[in-house]
Amino acid sequence: MRVMQRRYVSIWFRQLLADWQVIRRPELSGVPFVFAAPDHGQMMITAVSTVAQGFGVEIGMRAADAKAICPGLDVLDDKPGRPQKLLKGLGEWCVRYSPIVAIDEFGMDGLLMDVSGCCHLWGGERGYLKEIVSRLKSKGYTVRLAIADTPGASWAVSRYGKVTPLIPEDGQVDALMNLVPEALRLEQSVLAKLRKLGFYQIKSFIGMPRSVLRRRFGEDFLLRLAQAIGTENEALIPLQVPVPFSERLACLEPIRTRNGIEIAINKLLENLCRRMQAEGKGLRSGVLTCYRIDGKIAKVDIGTSGASHSVSHLFKLFQLKIDQIRPALGIELFVLDAPKVDDVEVPQEEMWSSTPGLDDKSVIRLIDRVGGKVGFQAIHRYLPATKYWPERSLLKAVSVTEKPQAAWRVDKPRPTELLKMPVPIEVMAIIPDHPPKFFIYKGVRHEVTKADGPERIEREWWLDKGEHRDYYQVEDDQGGRYWLFRSGHYGSGQKYKWFIHGFFA
Amino acid sequence: MDGKRELFQKLQQDILLWQGFKPLSAGKAERIGLGEIEDAFPGNVFPKKAIHEFITILPEHSAASDGFIAGLLAVLMENGAACVWASTSRKLFPASLSHFNVEPERIIFMDVKTEKEVLWITEEALKCEGLAAVVAEVNSLSLIESRRLQLAVEASGVTGFILRKDENKTSSTVATARWRISPLPSVTEDGMPGLGFPRWQVELLKVRNGNPGSFVLEWAGERFEEVKKAKKQPVWAGAEGRQIG
Repeated sequence: MRVMQRRYVSIWFRQLLADWQVIRRPELSGVPFVFAAPDHGQMMITAVSTVAQGFGVEIGMRAADAKAICPGLDVLDDKPGRPQKLLKGLGEWCVRYSPIVAIDEFGMDGLLMDVSGCCHLWGGERGYLKEIVSRLKSKGYTVRLAIADTPGASWAVSRYGKVTPLIPEDGQVDALMNLVPEALRLEQSVLAKLRKLGFYQIKSFIGMPRSVLRRRFGEDFLLRLAQAIGTENEALIPLQVPVPFSERLACLEPIRTRNGIEIAINKLLENLCRRMQAEGKGLRSGVLTCYRIDGKIAKVDIGTSGASHSVSHLFKLFQLKIDQIRPALGIELFVLDAPKVDDVEVPQEEMWSSTPGLDDKSVIRLIDRVGGKVGFQAIHRYLPATKYWPERSLLKAVSVTEKPQAAWRVDKPRPTELLKMPVPIEVMAIIPDHPPKFFIYKGVRHEVTKADGPERIEREWWLDKGEHRDYYQVEDDQGGRYWLFRSGHYGSGQKYKWFIHGFFA
Repeated sequence: MDGKRELFQKLQQDILLWQGFKPLSAGKAERIGLGEIEDAFPGNVFPKKAIHEFITILPEHSAASDGFIAGLLAVLMENGAACVWASTSRKLFPASLSHFNVEPERIIFMDVKTEKEVLWITEEALKCEGLAAVVAEVNSLSLIESRRLQLAVEASGVTGFILRKDENKTSSTVATARWRISPLPSVTEDGMPGLGFPRWQVELLKVRNGNPGSFVLEWAGERFEEVKKAKKQPVWAGAEGRQIG
């Protein structure tokens, strides 16, 4: 089998900052302006607009000098890190063309994309490049593109190529021959050395022995050269790590209706679930990304409590979220990712009816649906904690299948309803250390007729400070049963308080 | 006269069957452990495929209702099935359920913010056949909402318990049974000090096609125990004059 030829596209934004500024402030389109940042106490120019370029203003000039040769020049403040931010946004937008998009770290003015196997979707490489150029142009960016077998060659051709941006397969060496050494992404010191020696084109040194080149120009130079001609691999660091389980659906017409979105989700799920089923995997979390034609991105996500590759179940979960998708003018591309998948236990053909329980399939689906609608933080299951302090006697279960580590205690009475916070009450107790004679809670006086206790519960002194509690189980003359406690010792000079903490059945 | 009565009884049986009440199959009685209270229901069977409403206004009432429901859940969840408990302001202390023979870890609590979400969850959960029961705490329940829940129950067979906090609109739901559980002073054996078993006044305010009544019940550690026959106040005594509706 022939390995698929890898293809890379380099996008060069010729005036990234200037274009961006004009998009933001259209009134600047005919005005010469520059970006400048302070460097060693002087304002140095970092980006130049097209109009200003006509006056001979260049990057690296002092802002004061530029003002002298170009009257009326607007000097804008540059912020460090702005190109990264812009490229990140543009790169995320470009994910529609290829899943692997990386920022060009060398020049910080372009993007590199691994487009292997992507171009045919736009009718070949020519159409693909044309589409990207025209779309970016309509946004307001002037770009140059090139496609080649290596990121290095595409980078070189996009910036310095003069013939064609389409470098055929295995044609990168020929394409590089006539280019200047700058096209190899080299350091300034190496470039100066090359110029001094009279190497103005790559072809004048590409045939020289490696040992000679290494001695003269260093290991880095050889690496860059090898990366450009393809003898060395260059790994791109993608902006978004591509998900192994991912499906995309491009639409001919923008989708705007709920019905259309439902059909799209169903189609994506069918493909995704077929793949997951074949590999014995199930979805634990899914993200649907909708690329709108106005450039915005709408995202919804779902989660399941157990791995599932059932189209109908996952579809129902997405159905609850469709309301959150704002299609605006229309959605042109749907991408369904499954960032988290798990092995799914293939259920045995149902020979005997399944035993009901927490892991019953219908129960798990119910939990997923409720979790999808109101959030999984609303769903709790409790396990016994080996602690006496009532507020800490429960553990929240992490998963549906988690089993209790200890037995539930039944030796001490516990109220069926527990107040979140104990409420202070007024009591009257005749004898110290006895249950109260009566207590007043919410303005109602309860005459205590029967009582049990006290049960002393100590605080966990290694966790918090405070008084212990003496709990009494009391019953009033009406039959109401309450859980009261006295905080602290009964004694002279010491503060103690009575609280109500719960109701017994 | 006897012929007429037989005819009435036959017709009543037919109607009950259509309404989803299971007739008591001969010999094999599916008791839920409520003793005589079960006789108040048509066919002398506690309807599992139904919505049961509990009126709880005071916290003492809701605590008693929680205990009573927990006792019922112990039987309903015997086969290992799970239960959903939906609420906006849950006070139930899960650890206490083990005192009623219920394994608290098999209860899935869904604590949401709005009443609407509670009702949505309740309806979805009642449709879920893998559950034994659904408990929902709501402030009020409209006729339409209760009808939706009833339809869900009829399809799945899950028992629904609705704890309602308002008394005003009591007559406007289609629940099969309406209960009010209020605490009664407990009694200890031989006048020993301390508290006895939890004891309740169980009022069956409404039973569709059955006999409402009032009972005194105790949770005797392991099971319900009827204390003594309270004065029954049937609307119409006897089998021929059951409450219709």
